[in-house]
Amino acid sequence: MKELRTLHFKTYVLILVIVIFSPLGSMLLSKGMKGLGAPVAWTPGEIARFVAFVLSSETVWLGIGSLIVFFVAYTLVLSWADYSYVQPASAFAYGTAALLGHFVLGDKVSALQWAGIMVICMGVFIVGRTPMRTTEQN
Amino acid sequence: MLIEVLFFLLVMIAGTAGELCMARAMKTVGEVTDFRPWALVGVARRALSVPWTWIGLGLMTLAFFALLAVLAIENVSFVVPVTALSYAVGALGGRVFLHERVNAARWAGVLLVCIGVTLVLLGKR
Repeated sequence: MKELRTLHFKTYVLILVIVIFSPLGSMLLSKGMKGLGAPVAWTPGEIARFVAFVLSSETVWLGIGSLIVFFVAYTLVLSWADYSYVQPASAFAYGTAALLGHFVLGDKVSALQWAGIMVICMGVFIVGRTPMRTTEQN
Repeated sequence: MLIEVLFFLLVMIAGTAGELCMARAMKTVGEVTDFRPWALVGVARRALSVPWTWIGLGLMTLAFFALLAVLAIENVSFVVPVTALSYAVGALGGRVFLHERVNAARWAGVLLVCIGVTLVLLGKR
């Protein structure tokens, strides 16, 4: 029983880390990449400019740092929980992403988009009620 | 437009396949129970000795650079939910590749996620 509680606790903590750092990383990358604008052509020169911009942006590096935190948490939780459980459970991140996009970047989020995010959250809730581990452990 | 579709496909397919490979690698490593830094270094070492890790990292790197390109074009509240389409691929991959038992409730949840993604897409138009 205690083992099961520990399993649930560490899974929820890591999913919380995933839900925060994944959209934060995406938002920081988006903010950094917006300065570059839409590429006009995918020529070698354009790609070189693209890479140089990525390497010189502090915001992009902060985004990469956040995504590393997300990646470590995601990898650790996969050592015991099902991928088909963790992947949908981390969909709460899309709500966080919309909030960050709306309040920090000033992106327009329509009522239909908010409704979509609510449906995603309902789906996550249902997945969250299924067993988090269905395979044998090594 | 074609280049955007290609990048979206790369983010979705390479990203999900990469995560499935990572999940397989971590199942080989075994459940992490010690979260102290030195223990996590040990976990990372064991994970890096599993070939699936390298395949997963390669695919995820490809997906990451495709995401960077997409982010330069679209705003984040549109881009991130689009990648949620990978949930259907992920659940199928979990069942076939990782032999997880994906029951009816889990499929229903995944379906709702996909519907939610569609609404988000429609809301953008």
